[in-house]
Amino acid sequence: MSVEVIKPGLLTSLQDAGRTGYAPLGLGRAGAVDEPARRLANALVGNAGHEAALEITLAGPTLRFQHDTVVALTGGLIEARVEGQPLPAWTSCFLPAGSVLRLGGMRHGCRSYLAVRGGFDSALVLGSRSSDLHAGIGRAVQTGDIIAIGEHASADWFRSGRTMQALRWGLDPQPWLDYARAPLALLRGHHWEALDDASQHALFTQRFMVSKDSNRTGDRLEGAPLRLRLPLELISEATLPGTLQLPPSGQPIALLAEAPVTGGYPRIGQLAMVDLPRLAQRRPGDTVSFRETTLDEALQRLAEREASLQRLLQRIGQRLESA
Amino acid sequence: MTPLLADVQVETLAEDAWLLRFGETIDDAVNDRVHAAAAKLRANLENVECVPAYASLLLRFDVAQWLDDDGRFGGERLRAAIAAAWSERSSAEKAPREVSIPVCYDGVDLPEVATHARLSIEEVIARHTAARYRVAMLGFAPGFPYLLGLDPILAMPRRSNPRTSVPAGSVAIGGQQTGIYPQSLPGGWQLIGRTPMRLFDFAATSPSLLGPSDHVRFRAIDQGEYQRLADDVGSHP
Repeated sequence: MSVEVIKPGLLTSLQDAGRTGYAPLGLGRAGAVDEPARRLANALVGNAGHEAALEITLAGPTLRFQHDTVVALTGGLIEARVEGQPLPAWTSCFLPAGSVLRLGGMRHGCRSYLAVRGGFDSALVLGSRSSDLHAGIGRAVQTGDIIAIGEHASADWFRSGRTMQALRWGLDPQPWLDYARAPLALLRGHHWEALDDASQHALFTQRFMVSKDSNRTGDRLEGAPLRLRLPLELISEATLPGTLQLPPSGQPIALLAEAPVTGGYPRIGQLAMVDLPRLAQRRPGDTVSFRETTLDEALQRLAEREASLQRLLQRIGQRLESA
Repeated sequence: MTPLLADVQVETLAEDAWLLRFGETIDDAVNDRVHAAAAKLRANLENVECVPAYASLLLRFDVAQWLDDDGRFGGERLRAAIAAAWSERSSAEKAPREVSIPVCYDGVDLPEVATHARLSIEEVIARHTAARYRVAMLGFAPGFPYLLGLDPILAMPRRSNPRTSVPAGSVAIGGQQTGIYPQSLPGGWQLIGRTPMRLFDFAATSPSLLGPSDHVRFRAIDQGEYQRLADDVGSHP
C-alpha cells in the first residue's frame, strides 16, 4: 500500500517521536514539533502511536491514495478536500482507493499532521523515520514520491466502499490547538541575569513576532532587541528544543525539534515543555509573548497534560473498538 | 544552582534536563573531568542520556520515569541516583581509543595559516600531525568533532566572512581548536586540508567515526593516496 505525492506543499516531511540517543555524537532528536497532535492523529486511525505521520507546514500537499486508506488530520486547521468534498479534521476518515486528497491553506496554526492506518513506512535511520532537515537525514517530500504504508488489519469501524466516510464523532481541537495565543510559559535561563534591566523586563512583557526565517530548527523572534549588560565569552554547551538563545543581533531564537545539540549563544530562557507545541503552531507574522513560570508549575502542567492526553488516547481506542 | 558534589554545579535546563557544570573555560583538565563523569554515569545510571560538552555534561531523562507515587517529580530521588552512580567504584578504566586520520594538506587557507603562524607550510603540517588531540565534544553537525590539543602557534581566528559551503571532509582550524567537517556545511574555520574518511554514516549501527573523549592523530598523505583511500571509502555523502 502506498500514497503518491502529486504536489508536495510548502514543507511536508515524515515525523515520528524522534531519534533518541545520538546527541553525544552531535545528532539531535528531530520528530514532530507538535507531538500531541501527531499522537492523536495516530490514535484516530487505530495506530499504536510510534508510527510516522506527515507533518505539513502552512500549505498542504496533494496526495493520491492507491488503496483504501484510513486517515486522520490533526494539528493546525487546514483546508482539505477529496473530490470536492470537505474532509473533516480531528476524526477518523475512510478514503477509497484512487482518492485524491487536496490539502490547501491553513486557517489556523502552522503545522498539521496526517496519519494513515499502518503508518507511513519509510526506512528507519538510526531507529527513527523522522526527517532531520538540519542534519541531512531524509528530506521534504517531493512531487512523484511514493510513500509506502505499513501492514495493518483493516479498520472495523468502516465498511469498505466507493465513497469517503467519516466517523460521526471527532475530537475538539481545544485544548490541543491553541486559539487564545496566551503568553507562553518561560523558565529563566542561565544567562537571564546577564540581560540588562530593561531587557529582563522586556522579555516578559514585550510582544515578539515570529520571523519568516523560522523553520524546524527554531523560531526567530523579532522585536525591540534585548541587550546584555556586558558581552559574554561563552563556550558551547547543550541546547534543547525550547531553549531561548540570544545571538548578538538581540533578536532571540526559540529552538524547536531540530535544535542543534550544542550552541554558544547566551541561554536567556527555556520554554515550558507543555508550551512547545503552542509555539510550534504560531506562524510567521504571529505574535509571541512570554510569562515567567517556575519549574514546579511547568512540571505540574506537564503531568496534567500527559494525564489528559493518555486519557484521551485510551478513550479514542475504546470508541474505535466499540464502533 | 546548588552543589551536587564538590565544585560541580547542577543547573536545571528544562523539565527533563539537568546540566552539570565543571567549569567555564575550554581546558583539558576540565574536559577530562566531564568525560570521566560521563563514563561513570553512563555505566551506573540507566535511562539517563549523558551528553558531554567542553566543560559541562547534559543529563537528559524521561520525567515520567521519575514520578513519585503522588505523581510529583522525584527530583531528590534523581539527585540521589546521580550521586550514587557517581560514587560507584569505576569499572576498569578503559584506555581511550586512538583514531588515525589521513589528511591531504592542500586546504585553501593553508598559506594564510602559515603566514599567520610565521611558519612554512611544511612546518604547519609537521606541527598539526605531531600533536595528539582529544574529542572534547561533538556538535554543530552529526559527527563534527571539536578537537583539543592544537599547537598554540597554529591557533588562528575564524574567518570574518564564513563560507556558505565548506566541502565534506575538510580539516580546519578555528581559534584554539581543530575539527573536521563531516558533511558539506556553511563554516568559518580556516581550511588546511581534507580527509577521505567518512566521519558520519547514517546507515551504520555506530554512525560516527569518532566518539566523545577519543584520541585523534592526523597523518599527512599526498593527493594520490587521498584518491586511493577516497575510492575505497566511497565518496562523501
